[in-house]
Amino acid sequence: MDTSSHRGRIWVLTDTSGKLIEDIDTDQIFHNAFLHITEIAEMGRHALGNLEGWKDFPKKVRPGDIIVAGRNFGAGSSRQQAVDCFIALNVGLMLAPSYSSIYFRNAVNSGFPVLRCGDVDSLVNGRKLETGDEVEVHFLNGRGRNLSKTHNFSIEPMSAVQRDIYRAGDLFAFGRSSGRKE
Amino acid sequence: MGKTVIEKIIQGHTADEVAAGKIVWMDLDVRSARDFGGPNVVKNYEREYGGLPLADKTKTFFTFDLCAPACTLKYADNQQICRDFARKNGIQVYDVDSGVGTHVLMEEGLVRFDSTVVGTDSHMNILGALGAFGQGMGDVDIAFAFRTGRAWFEVPESVKVVLKGTFKEPSSAKDLTLFLLKVLGTKKVALRAAEFTGPALAGLSLAGRMTLCSMVTEMAGIIGFIPECGAAARDEIEKYSGVSFSPLLADPDAGYAETIEIDIEGLSPQVAAPPSPTNVKPVAELRGTKIDAGFIGSCTNGRFEDFAAAARLLKGRGVKKGIMLKIVPTTRRVYEELLAKGVLQDLFDAGAIVVNPGCGGCAEGHVGLTGRGEVQVSTGNRNFPGKQGKGQTYLAGPAVVAASCILGHIAGPEDL
Ligand code: SF4
Repeated sequence: MDTSSHRGRIWVLTDTSGKLIEDIDTDQIFHNAFLHITEIAEMGRHALGNLEGWKDFPKKVRPGDIIVAGRNFGAGSSRQQAVDCFIALNVGLMLAPSYSSIYFRNAVNSGFPVLRCGDVDSLVNGRKLETGDEVEVHFLNGRGRNLSKTHNFSIEPMSAVQRDIYRAGDLFAFGRSSGRKE
Repeated sequence: MGKTVIEKIIQGHTADEVAAGKIVWMDLDVRSARDFGGPNVVKNYEREYGGLPLADKTKTFFTFDLCAPACTLKYADNQQICRDFARKNGIQVYDVDSGVGTHVLMEEGLVRFDSTVVGTDSHMNILGALGAFGQGMGDVDIAFAFRTGRAWFEVPESVKVVLKGTFKEPSSAKDLTLFLLKVLGTKKVALRAAEFTGPALAGLSLAGRMTLCSMVTEMAGIIGFIPECGAAARDEIEKYSGVSFSPLLADPDAGYAETIEIDIEGLSPQVAAPPSPTNVKPVAELRGTKIDAGFIGSCTNGRFEDFAAAARLLKGRGVKKGIMLKIVPTTRRVYEELLAKGVLQDLFDAGAIVVNPGCGGCAEGHVGLTGRGEVQVSTGNRNFPGKQGKGQTYLAGPAVVAASCILGHIAGPEDL
């Protein structure tokens, strides 16, 4: 399996005025009313369930799709479900200018590719990234390409640690596979 | 290029090259879990490592503080799951009698100036007050850390926050902290380490240092450090850690993402109005806002001097009839000192409700919630909607809370 790139259709998380939504918190991603759910498969239908305008996301998304979000995605609590709900839906990867630190850790540890792209705002404002576009992202060399608009952009490549955990599957699998003392 | 404070601490715990933006594997001196997150740590551990030993049980702890003693069946179950795991694995539990985990770890001498400490508490970075690295992490990270003693960490950029001027009573460390929240908001230090410097900081006590470092979380920062340390704070830190306090200092040529100068001269008492800790105004702008309740406690303002400051104002005046003032010492040791020195008696005589140590009053714990329409003034660190119930929470220092409870509306000590 080539794990160094991914291609998929994008969903740009914008508000009704078309602006990229910033500071989407973990309650908007996965509401605390559903924290009792422990089966990953059952988490998908609650993804973005509390984000205005995006409550029907689980019905619209297809496996492999890509989410594009504003800065500080995943602010708030440390709940793992806010990552796992996207894994349950087979979301391919996520692009945002920044993530809350605990969200980023949780995503990396679960092998969910969260990637940073400082240009997301200008790309969205300049209509270089629009919902429905087909996009290809190379995790390691930082190259992004919007195939629908034949436009190139760059992302921050995965660090070695993020790449290794991603390739292993998750932090626990990485720990078992790495030669280091577990 | 030289290193910043956080780079130096991390470099002492890794063989990897440390620089802002690099991800390194670091060794952890303390890994802990509390009664929220703890049961998931246990679940992850049993599933992934069932039967395998911890990396080092003497560096692994449970601290129960959120709901202590448990007031819901869920918390009771959660705590018991952790206790059973701890007994099986020989781990020390600081149980429901102990107080807020970060403070307990400090008082037990488990945190020294150059330690690395992680736990399932998003205010673990409060340990920056001791010069140490503290960081809240999720249950996957902590289970991994229980087993391996390590975590990966992305070395953050640092910002230098230079405070110009000094302040004096009745303004306190909390007023300074709230004022900085107003100026810095949630973006200036977001995902960065902050080094606070300036002459005003040398006068901060250990409790005051913890107040400031605690609320770096509300600034969305990774951690805050205060290189300048006065003699009183140093003595207290050394009393707990048992080693001489020589915090790591940044190299003169260390690289900062930004240097921010803030003038604090003549700082007056401040209050953060709902709905967020950055919505800060001077007391003068909110004076007269009717309140129903007050709360003094939390990891931010629940140490001895916080209650002593409140008691000085309340003694002989008392809590206004119809107002409820909740007192929750941060730890059992704080409680003991308050008891021994008569401060609890003064607070009791003034009409306050005195409760056992923990996160009560800040988290939805054992000290009750606010109801719809209820207004409370709190020394806690968060006033987001729903955090302490359906009411409205204003954040302030202990003196402002005491004065407000005496008068029945938001007020500063100068109004008495
Ligand atoms: S007092 Fe509040 S902020 Fe501090 S550790 Fe407890 S719950 Fe967290």
